[in-house]
Amino acid sequence: MAKHALRLVAVAYVLFLLVLPVILIVWRTFGDGLGPFVEALTSPSALHAFKVTVTVAGWAVVANTVFGVLTAILLVRHRFPGKRLLGAFIDLPMAVSPVVVGLALILVYGRFAPFGGLLESWGIQVIFSTPGMVLATVFVALPLVVRAIVPVLEELGDEQEQAAHTLGASRLQAFIRITLPGIRWALGYGIVLCLARSLGEYGAVAVVSGRLVDQTQTLTLFVEERFQNFDQPAAFAAATALALIAVVTLLLTKLLRPKDRIDGN
Amino acid sequence: MTAITVRPARRLAGGTAAGLGVAVLYLSLIVLIPLAAVVWRSADQGPGYFWRSVTTPDAWAALTLTIGASALVALINLVMGTAIAWVLVRDRFPGRRVLDTIIDLPFALPTIVAGLVLLALYGPQSPLGINLAYSRAGVVLALMFVTLPFVVRTVQPVLLELDTEMEQAAASLGAGPFQTFRRVILPNLIPAMLSGTALAFTRAISEFGSTVLISGNLPFKTQVAAVNIFSQIEGDNTTGAAAISTVLLVVALVALISLDVLQRWGSRRG
Amino acid sequence: MAIEVRDVNKSFGTTPVLHDVSLDVAAGSLTALLGPSGGGKSTLLRVIAGLERPDTGTVRISGVDATRLSPQRRNVGFVFQHYAAFKHLTVFRNVAYGLEIRKRPKDEIRKRVMELLELVHLEKLADRYPSQLSGGQRQRMALARALAVEPQVLLLDEPFGALDAQVRKELRTWLRRLHDEVHVTTVFVTHDQEEAIEVADTIVVLAGGEVVQAGSPAEVYDNPANPFVMRFLGPVTEIDGNLVRPHDIEISPDPVEGGSPAVVSRVVRLGFEVRVEVEIGGQDAWVQVTREQADRLGLGPGDAVHLRPIPGARSLALAL
Repeated sequence: MAKHALRLVAVAYVLFLLVLPVILIVWRTFGDGLGPFVEALTSPSALHAFKVTVTVAGWAVVANTVFGVLTAILLVRHRFPGKRLLGAFIDLPMAVSPVVVGLALILVYGRFAPFGGLLESWGIQVIFSTPGMVLATVFVALPLVVRAIVPVLEELGDEQEQAAHTLGASRLQAFIRITLPGIRWALGYGIVLCLARSLGEYGAVAVVSGRLVDQTQTLTLFVEERFQNFDQPAAFAAATALALIAVVTLLLTKLLRPKDRIDGN
Repeated sequence: MTAITVRPARRLAGGTAAGLGVAVLYLSLIVLIPLAAVVWRSADQGPGYFWRSVTTPDAWAALTLTIGASALVALINLVMGTAIAWVLVRDRFPGRRVLDTIIDLPFALPTIVAGLVLLALYGPQSPLGINLAYSRAGVVLALMFVTLPFVVRTVQPVLLELDTEMEQAAASLGAGPFQTFRRVILPNLIPAMLSGTALAFTRAISEFGSTVLISGNLPFKTQVAAVNIFSQIEGDNTTGAAAISTVLLVVALVALISLDVLQRWGSRRG
Repeated sequence: MAIEVRDVNKSFGTTPVLHDVSLDVAAGSLTALLGPSGGGKSTLLRVIAGLERPDTGTVRISGVDATRLSPQRRNVGFVFQHYAAFKHLTVFRNVAYGLEIRKRPKDEIRKRVMELLELVHLEKLADRYPSQLSGGQRQRMALARALAVEPQVLLLDEPFGALDAQVRKELRTWLRRLHDEVHVTTVFVTHDQEEAIEVADTIVVLAGGEVVQAGSPAEVYDNPANPFVMRFLGPVTEIDGNLVRPHDIEISPDPVEGGSPAVVSRVVRLGFEVRVEVEIGGQDAWVQVTREQADRLGLGPGDAVHLRPIPGARSLALAL
């Protein structure tokens, strides 16, 4: 009896907090059919927002993937003092509010700030421009790829790589032919997480971009701006698009989750 | 057989140093130096100014609301999260795997979208007739949404690994289900529960996007710290913004360090 | 000399693992590094392979100073206890790996790989993945893989440690036969003295990070350098303050010259052998006799007997 009650409570909680709100939006979006949805999403502003989002997220994912693989190998396979400190610094972004991220980047890369001034004199504008948005997105999604790979790297052990070395493979060859295939599912999982986070970032990008419509507006900023301007259909349409991306992400991560995978095939 | 060419082997230490250098540079340029700049800037005009910035009526209200609401939400999701984890691990019913997948939705959904969907169901146009817009309850609701998965995901693996033989032993010794839960299962779950709660708390105090729409950002009433910081930035009061940010960072740091200490204490006992 | 190790020292942090280790391995020989766990054998093997760097000392392989060379450059084959199979590659591609790295032509690779797979009797499993093989098959694959690039030296780190007893025995014999065919200088690490005695030409006993004795199996068994080696290599029992092999003891009901009196406490029949447990000089010892001898002597508990080491048998005085 208690079992059923608990089940009911748990399901109801999730239903009313997570599921129903999302279903309602999707319902309201497609309430008048597919037409208005497509129309709202193909407006010039919306398309531009798509483009900005994809560009920013793309760069962020590439940067964090390279960093993630490099750092995971460093943490797992190498010995050096301060390893725990490095690990803690990598996790730091998880504890920082997105708005604070934006502020932090402005203070260093803003036009009147030390680095920012220097970069401006070279013709590179960071804040209120794409580079700044990329930096903000890199910041918030930084730990995701590293943390996905580390446990798998640890579990794999380095004997396969040592075997490759004794067979004559250089470190790079062993890395490409042995290490990367070994971690491919975990790497995929980390990249999907990183991509989802990058596509969905709002607060940090809001601060750093200046929210200039049709210039530095990502899809998430588009949702908010349209809603505040009473353009509900556009806001809902974009929100639904993002929600659908989120659901696809969930399914992909479920497929790729390292724990459920027996490495090999 | 190939002849051995005498070439010095690449020193391990060299490769490590290079990789470490690159990693540290990346981290410094993107995370460490900017965060240090925030703390630096907050002290820009002396401790007095710092304190005044933090204790202005709206900033103080925002901070107290944020910390209070986050603590409340952390506790709520501590209970609900554990319950959900229990149901996911110990119960069997159709749709259980769907439930398991959905739990991660707050991790995948952009915060602004979360805010929007909550506003749709619990705002002025609510089909359920519940209107939480412009209220603190709305803020709490948004924070509950974004922190839901934390406790579930820390408790779930522990529950999965729990040795059912312990419970069987307890039963054979005469313990009823509640007793077994209280004396055998719960103590093993507490580190994971605390861990999830601390993570939920630090997430909640940082939250921005999901509260923006439903709360209406009314200063003194429904404005959370992150939104307050945002308005300070827009108002060019960067030192004030930095001060409040530093407070948030310190609170998060304290929460995470306490967590680490608790976990170490817990594992020493266990 | 295929391998010359001189004065190698190695510590992990503050823990010393190898202490002034020197040894020679003759070309074409099959040598066992034998010793208890933690004695430094695996570390020494890995130093020879280049997977560990010694703190001091040198390693020469085929006359060339290899101390500073990376494993890639030493041309040693290495076989790991847990196979280190490339899980995402088929058996064929595993064995071909070293050849592919060296960019050999495809036909050459195919020929060599199939040759080796036939040698290790895995030719029918070439397209399987390691996860589909048994432990013994995986280890044979690992051997084929190491041999594919024609190493100067083949090193095996407790190669049969992860397999069960029956498979272990089969692979032991198989390794010996393989060596007779292929003649690569081979060094393997084991803690099992039976394995070492059965397979190797030379046994090097390593304990506490030092070489305790090196020699042929017969030498090490019959002429142990100290009580530790004697105990490690075979059964021992103590009589009159000397360590003796239980099968090197004469037991008779009547007094004999140079013998000591004892009382039988138990007679245990273990199939072919019979173990006669005695009490001698206030301590327990045992003697191994054949069934035929036991029947002839007709001993039972409580009988008074006399024991002495068989003339010519090796016994070691225990320091008191």
